[in-house]
Amino acid sequence: MLPGLMQAGFPKAFRRLADEIGPVDAVGIEERVAKYATRSIKKASKVAGLKLAVSMVDLTTLEGKDTPDKVASLCRKALNPHPGLGAPQVAAVCVYPSMVKHARRALGQDTAVRIASVATAFPSGQAPLRTRLAEVEAAVADGADEIDMVINRGAFLAGEFQRVQDEIVGVRDACGAATLKVILEVSELETYDNIRAASFLAMRVLRPGDFIKTSTGKTGLNATLGNNQVMLEAIRDFYLATGTPIAMKPAGGIRTAKQALQFLIAVKETLGDAWLNNARYRFGASGLLNDLLRQLEKEKTGAYQAPYYFSEAAESY
Amino acid sequence: MPTLADKKPNRPAQRAQGRPAAELIFGDLWEYDPAPETADPKIKSRYDLFIGGKFVPPASGKYFDTINPANETKLAEMALAGADDVAAAYRAAQKAQDGAWGKMPGKERAKYLYRIARLLQDRAREFAVAETMDNGKPIKETRDFDVPMAAAHFFYHAGWADKLAYIAPGRRVAPLGIVGQVIPWNFPLLMMAWKLAPALAMGNCAVIKPATNTPLSALKLAEIIQDAGLPPGVVNILSGPGSTGGLIMAHPQAAKIAFTGSTEVGKVIMRSVAGTGKRMTMELGGKAANIVFDDAPLDQAVEGIVNGIFFNQGQVCCAGSRLLVHEPVADAVVAKLRHRLKVLRVGDPLDKNTDVGAIVSRDQLETVRGYIDAGVQEGAKLWQPPCRLPAKGFFLPPTLFTGVTQSHRIAREEIFGPVLAIITFRTVEEAIEKANNTEYGLSAGVWTDKGSRILKMSTELKAGVVWANTFNKFDPASPFGGYKESGFGREGGRQGLLDYCKLV
Repeated sequence: MLPGLMQAGFPKAFRRLADEIGPVDAVGIEERVAKYATRSIKKASKVAGLKLAVSMVDLTTLEGKDTPDKVASLCRKALNPHPGLGAPQVAAVCVYPSMVKHARRALGQDTAVRIASVATAFPSGQAPLRTRLAEVEAAVADGADEIDMVINRGAFLAGEFQRVQDEIVGVRDACGAATLKVILEVSELETYDNIRAASFLAMRVLRPGDFIKTSTGKTGLNATLGNNQVMLEAIRDFYLATGTPIAMKPAGGIRTAKQALQFLIAVKETLGDAWLNNARYRFGASGLLNDLLRQLEKEKTGAYQAPYYFSEAAESY
Repeated sequence: MPTLADKKPNRPAQRAQGRPAAELIFGDLWEYDPAPETADPKIKSRYDLFIGGKFVPPASGKYFDTINPANETKLAEMALAGADDVAAAYRAAQKAQDGAWGKMPGKERAKYLYRIARLLQDRAREFAVAETMDNGKPIKETRDFDVPMAAAHFFYHAGWADKLAYIAPGRRVAPLGIVGQVIPWNFPLLMMAWKLAPALAMGNCAVIKPATNTPLSALKLAEIIQDAGLPPGVVNILSGPGSTGGLIMAHPQAAKIAFTGSTEVGKVIMRSVAGTGKRMTMELGGKAANIVFDDAPLDQAVEGIVNGIFFNQGQVCCAGSRLLVHEPVADAVVAKLRHRLKVLRVGDPLDKNTDVGAIVSRDQLETVRGYIDAGVQEGAKLWQPPCRLPAKGFFLPPTLFTGVTQSHRIAREEIFGPVLAIITFRTVEEAIEKANNTEYGLSAGVWTDKGSRILKMSTELKAGVVWANTFNKFDPASPFGGYKESGFGREGGRQGLLDYCKLV
């Protein structure tokens, strides 16, 4: 293809897609989500919301310095977040592919806590497709229940939408029975229009119960109420049009219980009750878990406990 | 006239044949607990009139009750002002105008306005609760809109008071004298600020009557005016029924009268002052069109539609009470609206999570119900979300009517309640014609991704304000007022100030 035509590819392909799915007004979205932050969640509804959030955490460690022991510690935290609180187990642990077998050893076979692994040359995705697919297959073979892949942002921004989708299909097929989470890496897509477009590209080739996910947590801007809302609305429109329920995972930047409750309010008021469970909604986080536990303890005892009462098993994002 | 059901939306993609219809469940799996605002509204059991800087009992000795429309309980007794009280108020105002206030330089007047604004901010939570109890509007609106905007109006006009030499280039301005003002019940405190701040900044004195249903915040503001040390007689506040308002308007010492309220009452007032030479500004009714084109960001448009008609239970003169929606997206917009309405929370106005509160009075509730009945009788299709309304108090669920035509009463008359009439259109010209086919012209909204269309629409729509991709946005610097039977004169900004002065 000529270089000039390559450049023209994005606007044309994008306009065609945008015409089908409609635009997003940035000012309007941010006004809408600002209202979530004014909701007042108290007493029993706060406790229920905090426990729900705990059950939705993908407890994550994604660092070069991760060791089998650190992953084992993370797994123990996932199975029993804080004794004596009645807090549920988290949804999953999320680790690099090389750590999947260690996580499986720590968690055992008979556990409700799932193992998620970021595959596909996370976080950049800049590896040949066959390398990325091989990584996915290896992670699944080692015992991963869920695969978090990154989309090819370079291809998306160049307007090569078909290639973006084909790669997702490739990874989906390599997953076998494992659940797929497609990371859009919203901060590299830059606009809400692009986030909506990328959400639809992914959803159109996903299976019911697969996820779309905001970010890797490795760039400047991660999950915000704004891009969470754009993706929730995309999921809602897609569900109402096709009947296929897609799940959602905001990741990175959600560190406090207060933030988590605001995200849950967005889910409750946009997608409704059917998405208020960890099969349809997750938080990709690590520090968040202890803040949720701290708030639960406060609701139980009426006093904030010192941070050192809560075990620090994860300190990634 | 094609109905909404005839057309299929062109987006999103159609569901595959044979699949069950997908629906969203907005239940109580995770319900919000009650979160009432607990600040003390500091309501006295009885309020007198505020004349000449002092609280004085009415000459007649009569009082009337103001009630909380959310539970129908009595809040306080309010003094009922009669002819003698009105005369006393004008005497006090004349004394202030002839005395300290009339001679005071603008920069000194500004200090009082700044002081009122700051005192109002200091007592913001208390005022928000009192206003919610008296009016029935949700606490989140009084807290985030009414009270901060009222303070903002005093701040803005305080800034003008020492710069009036520059407001009309080449001319000098002088105060008119005493202005008689009557305000409505939908934004009691905010309308008070809209009226008083420019009048005082210009160096006028005021005799003002709050609405019969909602006099509380006006008399609470009198406490602030007292605390601010405003010279006696500059502001006089008289609570009472409509007839008191008539006396204020008819008083010969009023150099100008300013009225916000219904077109019907506005016409009566205009007749009564015809030929007296009094200046007038009238901010009357509206039947705004919110126009959604097929290229609009639909979810944000739905948000704007909801804000346009359910803000303050639709009791807003510039409420977007007619939705004109482009046929290709009509079904999609109505479907999205229904989902959005299912998560609107109707109930206790003092609950911080309440989105839609109580209607101001039983009379108003009956009026709105009458319009809902009329809509059904004339063949429009009614839809209301399932919601549990409180047993006591004046509540209505948010209401949509589809299949509405231009000749339906609900499309022509100002309902002043949470009722949206949905009308479809095919072309830009048709949208403009339908939008302008009303006796009113206060506001309009346009939703489209196309900039040139926004500019065209804002030129063609006969409305005092046209919002583009938003609705119900206000700023003290932005003039507000109507075309046609929505009134004349402007409030806010430079234009609003010029309505309170004479050029010399």
